[in-house]
Amino acid sequence: MDWTAYLPMLWQGAFVTMTITLASIAVGAVLAFVFGIMRVEGGPILSTIALCYTEVFRGTSLLVQLFWFYYALPLVGLSFDPITTGILVLAAHAGGYGAEIVRGALSSVSTQQLEAARALNFSRLQTLFRVSLPQAIVEMMPAFGNLAIETLKLSSLVSLISIADLTFAAQSIRNITLDSTSIYSITLLCYFAMSLVLMVAIRVVERLVRRGQAFPQMPRS
Amino acid sequence: MTEDNTAPIIEFSNVAKRFGPLTVLDDFNFTVRKGEKVTLIGPSGSGKSTVLRILMTLEPFQDGRLTLSGMSYHEPNGKGPFKASERHLRQIRTHVGMVFQSFNLFPHMTVLRNVVEAPLRVLGIARAEAECRALQLLDMVGLADKKDFYPSQLSGGQQQRVAIARALAMRPRVLLFDEPTSALDPQLVGEVLSVIRGLAHEHDLTMLLVTHEMRFAREVSDRVCFFDKGRICEQGAPDEIFGAPREARTREFLSSVLA
Ligand SMILES: Nc1ncnc2c1ncn2[C@@H]1O[C@H](COP(=O)(O)OP(=O)(O)OP(=O)(O)O)[C@@H](O)[C@H]1O
Ligand SMILES: [Mg+2]
Repeated sequence: MDWTAYLPMLWQGAFVTMTITLASIAVGAVLAFVFGIMRVEGGPILSTIALCYTEVFRGTSLLVQLFWFYYALPLVGLSFDPITTGILVLAAHAGGYGAEIVRGALSSVSTQQLEAARALNFSRLQTLFRVSLPQAIVEMMPAFGNLAIETLKLSSLVSLISIADLTFAAQSIRNITLDSTSIYSITLLCYFAMSLVLMVAIRVVERLVRRGQAFPQMPRS
Repeated sequence: MTEDNTAPIIEFSNVAKRFGPLTVLDDFNFTVRKGEKVTLIGPSGSGKSTVLRILMTLEPFQDGRLTLSGMSYHEPNGKGPFKASERHLRQIRTHVGMVFQSFNLFPHMTVLRNVVEAPLRVLGIARAEAECRALQLLDMVGLADKKDFYPSQLSGGQQQRVAIARALAMRPRVLLFDEPTSALDPQLVGEVLSVIRGLAHEHDLTMLLVTHEMRFAREVSDRVCFFDKGRICEQGAPDEIFGAPREARTREFLSSVLA
């Protein structure tokens, strides 16, 4: 049988992959900011908690994290459906790397800027949200872009906890048709197309946050 | 008015400031009266910036006593390097402002937002009122037409004038200038100095100015302090210091910079 008959299945898989990826990026970004800010501004206790989080999720295998949350966590009474598990683990993983990006960008804001904020009597939170973050976010964008693409590619691992994502669909189809060449070529192209879309989206976001800095907008007259 | 002008607004008593093993200020005493315009001059590394930075609460100091408008920088049971709570430091900062050598404008904010942001967020002034006052200040420094520009679109002299407007928007009683023209191309120095010259006529504003512009210092200040190795080696009216310095070190320094 011709493999083109299986295209709808592939399409469904791609949709699942995109959903999981976007959800993981969104949740991961929130985790990245929360833990990254905790690292820089949190005082001894909060910053240690954030450090443990980043080191655990960056220092262990993503696949084992998936298995742990999928197979081991239910044994202590906590279980989620596979999709939620996949999103949470991918998000936690991206959040771990993202928190490092946030920390690095926040600590690269110049002391001169912080001193200017202090001389204007901004509180610590005002300094963070009005002075440091708006400048740091521009620095974060390229690294966040890489992380988003990385998350898309790593999402293929969720096929191993029985989620019918693009990789899972490709494997199922191959098991039936035995046409590895066509099916895996198509799958690679699908991943590539999705990362192109992601890259464009990231560029748009980058443009938005760069207003007034590297590309100063001419004032409207 | 005359009573006001004799009251000390800044008082350093036996202040010691160390960076690790390096003692920058030792047993430092210095008093500034309300409304006084004081210029600090002296060789590099003599501690001029350190004095301003301590006043702005950007640097802690170890021993001695410093008061601003009668408020002590150290709290009796204050903790941390500043020996004071953040709340107390913020209280002190409501009285002081600072203009930096490198302007330090916020690059992601327009000129108007740079000036308006702190009055809006810190003082809690209503936006319409804050913007109105900011525009007045921008007008005073001759930059009202640049209100929607970003700092990167301005020359250094223009940026520094915005920085002065930004500091004034917080209505400080004491304004500190740390070499405000040192980072500028020579042809841009004049426009910044003329703004500062305008402020020198404000009776209520106390000004401390670190500068290498000796002619300007002589013209605007009530008093000139010559710093050497963390001490005020000689001080007096500008005509005394520049016209007839008593100390050999002062003469040496002046001849080296005026040469
Ligand atoms: N953060 C710091 N850590 C260590 N030493 C410092 C620090 N800041 C200043 N110093 C030292 O303190 C001394 C006084 O510095 P300060 O900046 O007050 O001098 P200055 O009179 O302003 O000189 P300049 O004319 O070069 O600006 C110098 O020896 C300097 O090296
Ligand atoms: Mg200095």
